[in-house]
Amino acid sequence: MDKILEVKSLVTGYQGKEGFVRAVDGVSFDINRGETICIVGESGSGKSVTSMSIMRLVEYENGRIIDGEIKFNGEELTTKNTEEMRRIRGSKISMIFQEPLTALNPVFTIGKQISEAILFHHSLGKKEAWQRAEELVRLVGISDPQARLKQYPHELSGGMRQRVMIAIALASEPDLLIADEPTTALDVTIEAQILELLRKLRQERNMSILLITHDIGVAAEMADRIIIMYAGKVMEIANTKDIFDQPFHPYSKGLLESVPKMNGERGVPLKSIKGSIPSLNEIPSGCRFSPRCPFATDKCHTEEPLLEMRGDRQVACWHVDYLIENNLLQIEEEGGVSIEF
Amino acid sequence: MLRFLLNRLGQSVVLLLIVTVITFFLINLAPGGPASTMRMEASPEERQAMIEKLGLDQPIYVRYIDWITHAVQGDLGISFTSSEPVIQRISERLPYTIELTVFTIVISVIVGILLGVLSAIKRGKAQDHIINFMSVIGLSVPAFWLGLMLILLFSITLGWLPSSGVGSRGADFDLWGWISHLILPVLILTTTVLPNIVRFTRSSMLEVISQNYIRTVRAKGAKESIVLYVHALRNALIPVVTIIGVLIPRLLSGAVITEAIFGWTGIGTLIIEAARGRDYPLVMGVTVMITIVVVVCNLFVDLVYSRIDPRVKNV
Repeated sequence: MDKILEVKSLVTGYQGKEGFVRAVDGVSFDINRGETICIVGESGSGKSVTSMSIMRLVEYENGRIIDGEIKFNGEELTTKNTEEMRRIRGSKISMIFQEPLTALNPVFTIGKQISEAILFHHSLGKKEAWQRAEELVRLVGISDPQARLKQYPHELSGGMRQRVMIAIALASEPDLLIADEPTTALDVTIEAQILELLRKLRQERNMSILLITHDIGVAAEMADRIIIMYAGKVMEIANTKDIFDQPFHPYSKGLLESVPKMNGERGVPLKSIKGSIPSLNEIPSGCRFSPRCPFATDKCHTEEPLLEMRGDRQVACWHVDYLIENNLLQIEEEGGVSIEF
Repeated sequence: MLRFLLNRLGQSVVLLLIVTVITFFLINLAPGGPASTMRMEASPEERQAMIEKLGLDQPIYVRYIDWITHAVQGDLGISFTSSEPVIQRISERLPYTIELTVFTIVISVIVGILLGVLSAIKRGKAQDHIINFMSVIGLSVPAFWLGLMLILLFSITLGWLPSSGVGSRGADFDLWGWISHLILPVLILTTTVLPNIVRFTRSSMLEVISQNYIRTVRAKGAKESIVLYVHALRNALIPVVTIIGVLIPRLLSGAVITEAIFGWTGIGTLIIEAARGRDYPLVMGVTVMITIVVVVCNLFVDLVYSRIDPRVKNV
């Protein structure tokens, strides 16, 4: 298949008071053309830093890519200079962010902010860019585009602003759209609309989407494949259907079990994963999930498992065979998690 | 818009009234009076005659009501010390102070914002440290001392610049003469406001740079110059405009000291003359005038504010 993005052994981190901390530590995955991939994990798992590394935006926020490769359409991104990278950002790879309420500049009109994104990459007149902005606004489902373009961000609702962000991201017909928690700040009905819009756009434009989310329910709805990240490492990569049928990693299982179920019994508390994600300064030795893993053995606490192929999936766990054989990774409830595909 | 302006006008009138009451009572209750500024050998009868002539034998509230009824009709009275109308004395001096303050505010705003932005962009680097150090010096060195030192250096030792005066005006006006007289006073006055603008711009810019929308602009593929000077600066200037409004009264009071040092015949020296001579009408006139300037400047700042920040809806 045609690979649009290949990330290999990516290491990104920040210079802290106590030395360099690796927020992303040896992450590898790829994305095919037209595919939607979800990176799922708790806060602090390194999923946002991964996306910011692909955009090479980490370096503006005191971060640094110190190792690994990021190949986009066969071109290596980590060695590009500032100007080359600027030309890719917003044109071939676009990004939308978590907080639509703060992601737009409050002092400029919507029209200026969309048309500007067009003008950064195309030599058009201001008028033509404005017309194009109007088309984009219509495309993302905003009514009365002419009036909207003249409004300021504070005059629009959160959902509207996220649509505007999507319009900006689509300004130059990107090959890859990175969406970092695009619906986290929105209520569920708006969330559904935005996800529907992203699905529609992907189909129409054969665009790849890298969706970052902590909500495995969103991933189930959107993703072709899911990447489970924990403390800067990839724990499991698998097709969405496979992972919901049968997770191969205890952490994946924990995430799936923490989703509320439609047919769940009332009054039964949701399962949660005990403990919390380690801070980057205190990464545990061995498997990073081992302190919270119910199946951890001595080996797990001392040696770090590598991400290994198992059929068409990948998993990083020492005991995956044992756990599967003994049905320890089955989600405890008939029919698994009740998320419709 | 009209409603906003009317509202502000109402507030300003109340403010003016309060300022005049306080000033009037303070100056009249201060020890001494016009009679005490008469020549030494004046007899008690002569002094009493003076007091009666100026109407100072009336109770203070009667005199205030008398003053305010004339003032609202545009009559600020006759100066005790020169027997000229107060309005005339102020309007003779006002242009000089306007010169001084306008130059100062223009230079301080332009240079202050530039240095503040530079300092923010180069945070932690040499440029930032130098600018910070200079700002602290500027803020902490008293204007009168710095003024005297500069006169010592540029006027006395080097002989490059005049030490006092406003230069010749009117028919024999010459450009260098005018500018050379302005340099030192403007420099001194600038040190009282510029560091504030620098520091404010710096912190405001630093805050804006870390905002989410700046990341969005970078993600769109903007050149770094557009990120900083279009998107960040426009937002960073919003609080800076406010601080400029606050600095205008400080500038006017700074002008009193600066004008005194450099013999600059503006409002600052006028108010000193008025206070020394117990020239009550003149003190009141200058006070009213300065209050109006401050009120108008603040109104102007509010109007600018709503122009650059679309979220402000007072207009």
